[in-house]
Order: sequence, then C-alpha cells, then structure tokens
Amino acid sequence: MGNRLSLVVFSGEMDRLMAAFVIATGAAASGMEVTMFFTFWGLQAVKKPVRTGASAMGRMLGWFLKDADGVGPSKLNFGGAGRWMFKQMMRKHNVTSVPELRALAAELGVKMLACQMSMEVMEVRREDLVDSVQEVVGVAAFLEEAARSRVTLFI
Amino acid sequence: MEATKRGLVLDLKGLLCPIPVVKLAQAVKTVQVGDVIEATATDPGVLADIPAWCRTTGQELVSIGREDKVIHFAVRRVK
Repeated sequence: MGNRLSLVVFSGEMDRLMAAFVIATGAAASGMEVTMFFTFWGLQAVKKPVRTGASAMGRMLGWFLKDADGVGPSKLNFGGAGRWMFKQMMRKHNVTSVPELRALAAELGVKMLACQMSMEVMEVRREDLVDSVQEVVGVAAFLEEAARSRVTLFI
Repeated sequence: MEATKRGLVLDLKGLLCPIPVVKLAQAVKTVQVGDVIEATATDPGVLADIPAWCRTTGQELVSIGREDKVIHFAVRRVK
C-alpha cells in the first residue's frame, strides 16, 4: 500500500471544502500522493463560475450550483451574509481561501478527478470544470485509487 | 526568502495552517542535502506541525522554540 491519500469530496460547503483542501495540500507537502474525487455537490469546488444545465430542470439546478468562491458555509450562511462574514474573518486572520487552496493543491501535484455520473445528473459539462481537473471518471477508477491508499476520507 | 551560507531563512509569520508546512516543503526542495532552513512563524499550530512534518518526511528537526509570540525553528535537509 503506497503512501497515498484519497479524498471523496461530496460536500459543497465552504468550511468542508476548506478542510478537504487543507488536508490535501498538507498531505502533498508531507510527501503523500493525493487524489481528490469530486462528486455531487463537491463538483462546485472544481466548477467554473458559469451557469450550467441543458434541460429546463438542469438549468434550474444550474442556478443553484456555485463555484469554489461562491459556496457558503454549512452553518450561519443566512442567504449569503454568513459567507461574506466568513470571508472577512478569514481575510482578517490571514487564512487561505478555497480558490487559493485549490491552486496550491494543483501546484503541489494533487490529482483532481470529477465524477462522471454526477456530471450527467447535474448537467455539468467537461468544459464547465476548471483546468486543474485531470480526468472525469467513475466509481471503479476512484476505488482503484482508494484501494492503493493508506488513508481514505469522505468529506 | 534569503539565501545564506547555512541554507535558507523563511519568514512564515502571520500564516496559518497549512501554509507554513507547504512553504517549508517547497523550500526544502530548493536547498542541498545537509543545509539548514531557519524560520520564524506565529501560528501556534506550528509547534506540533513542524515536528510531525519532520517525522513524516524524514527530515531533521534541529531546534524549535517559542519566544513570546514568535516561534523559531530550524530544519536540516537529510534526504
């Protein structure tokens, strides 16, 4: 079993995405090979700030799907006021933002994979995702990575 | 970042997790084996994180200590 870390990023909330990227960048800096698998709401972490969706319902869903900078915290969001407050406080305390952490993760060689099935369901196209995503894969590809990992986390 | 005869001096003051560890990991790659990186930081998490990072990556923790609010540490590149 290699010195690897695999993360399933299911959540699309600012605080959880921060935790995922802090762990991923910290692991990469500690010499681990890191794979992040973005599925369902987690796709927001690797989505460009574009409106998605092809069908009527897909476009409605696309209206709710944010990008890494647009997601709110899991608690105290208050329709965006909490997001603004958290961002102010994070800046005050010099905490790295989610988009910055994602860029750092890419720089450190963290492998980012997007879930094909979630993309189909949510009508998100490959071109709606940021360039740091290396591949769009299914569960078997992720499981192959997880099986070779010392640590696997679901966030 | 400033190059010295002994290696490198890093200013990590004001930076919070995971940035101190990431900057140290990046800096270690730029120095020779045997060189020492000296750093200052203010995040108290560094006190536990830098020793842990050294154990995980096999680098040598030369020293770590706290003076008032500033943490000083030195890490030697072993491999």
